[in-house]
Amino acid sequence: MMEYWRTPFDAQTIQVSQGIVHIIEDRCKGCGYCIEFCPKHILAFSPRFNKKGYHPPEVLQPDGCVNCHYCEIICPEFAIYSVEVPTAPGG
Amino acid sequence: MSQAIARKEAPLQQVPDHPLEDLIRSDRIPHIWCPGCGIGTAFAATLAAMKASGQDLSSTCMVSGIGCSGRAAGYVKLDSFHTTHGRAIPFATGLKLGNPRLNVVVFSGDGDLFAIGGNHFIHAARRNIPLTVICLNNLNYGMTGGQVAATTPYLARTTTTPAGNTEAPFNLPLLAWAAGASFVARWTILHIRELTDCIQKAMLKNGFAFIEVLGPCPINYGRRNKEKPLQTLKLYQEQTIIRNQADPSDLEIDFSKKVVLGEFVDKERSTCIENYDKTCRLL
Ligand SMILES: Cc1ncc(C[n+]2csc(CCOP(=O)(O)OP(=O)(O)O)c2C)c(N)n1
Ligand code: SF4
Ligand code: SF4
Ligand code: SF4
Ligand SMILES: [Mg+2]
Repeated sequence: MMEYWRTPFDAQTIQVSQGIVHIIEDRCKGCGYCIEFCPKHILAFSPRFNKKGYHPPEVLQPDGCVNCHYCEIICPEFAIYSVEVPTAPGG
Repeated sequence: MSQAIARKEAPLQQVPDHPLEDLIRSDRIPHIWCPGCGIGTAFAATLAAMKASGQDLSSTCMVSGIGCSGRAAGYVKLDSFHTTHGRAIPFATGLKLGNPRLNVVVFSGDGDLFAIGGNHFIHAARRNIPLTVICLNNLNYGMTGGQVAATTPYLARTTTTPAGNTEAPFNLPLLAWAAGASFVARWTILHIRELTDCIQKAMLKNGFAFIEVLGPCPINYGRRNKEKPLQTLKLYQEQTIIRNQADPSDLEIDFSKKVVLGEFVDKERSTCIENYDKTCRLL
């Protein structure tokens, strides 16, 4: 369930979109912008190193992504992007 | 990630490409820009705006000068020109006058466009040549090691001003306005949605359109002014204020006060091409 600062009256009827985050690890230079500015705070540096020796981000809670694309548009490296999860009919 | 797919029972599919993959020269990525450099974000916003503008991309091109920002032209998968230092606008002018149907976008640095290339900028604005000019302003000459620029804030430290800059910087939107630009705006790389919409609008403007984009140069400017990349972005978040149509003389960059962002000028004025055709061509 999504966390709200104030629960909207129509929270039951509004569908919050969900995203899948894709990361091209070897493009990442570890600036941390996506991690810092993801509004859902679901990204973190992974302990892994990529080819260039940076720690790329990883998704801590895949279900938490709301497909806002902010990580995608702030990334200077074309290394991260989100794609909408197709909603199953009726749900 | 695959869990989310399984839970929704969507068919397993191939990983889709990055949404801008078709507009970048993927074989040259990772690009040369340092970790946390703002150029990549401003460049990506430019590509996103080109795509969203609905303009014919086969007749859209990018022109850059010399500098780190000037490398942009080498990463876009469209016709592009990496020109000589300070001369992006003259090359772009030639392209536009030679073939007015082209959408010509200039993407370059503050040093390139306003120091060595300053004269070209003011005259292109005066003539109202229909170009979209995007200046990545990182407050210094990044590529050559962080020397003082015409945009370096008063008292800021650079390799050539170790005790602090004693000169006053240009207010770029004021300069563009005074020279006659049809469209003038300023954003930062944190204000990406506003920036992307603004570039899109500028591309559709028939006239000289100028957008200043503030972006960090953590390696040269940031290091000497004790700003880590995330701290620069926090300044963009906390020390800016959006005021559309603000008086251009109120737009100096001093992060100890609020730095004003927004769209400042959007006016109609006949372009040099229209004036030339009216006067010199028998149509
Ligand atoms: C004619 C000439 N003079 C000087 C230089 C050296 N030079 C290369 S890039 C540059 C400044 C670039 O500054 P800017 O346009 O702000 O780009 P940035 O690297 O900061 O993105 C200078 C002076 C050059 N290449 N050619
Ligand atoms: S799309 Fe939005 S919510 Fe999802 S990871 Fe990126 S920034 Fe976070
Ligand atoms: S914004 Fe891009 S380069 Fe920076 S840490 Fe995230 S994925 Fe890596
Ligand atoms: S030197 Fe500065 S402007 Fe150039 S790529 Fe590095 S951070 Fe960016
Ligand atoms: Mg510069």
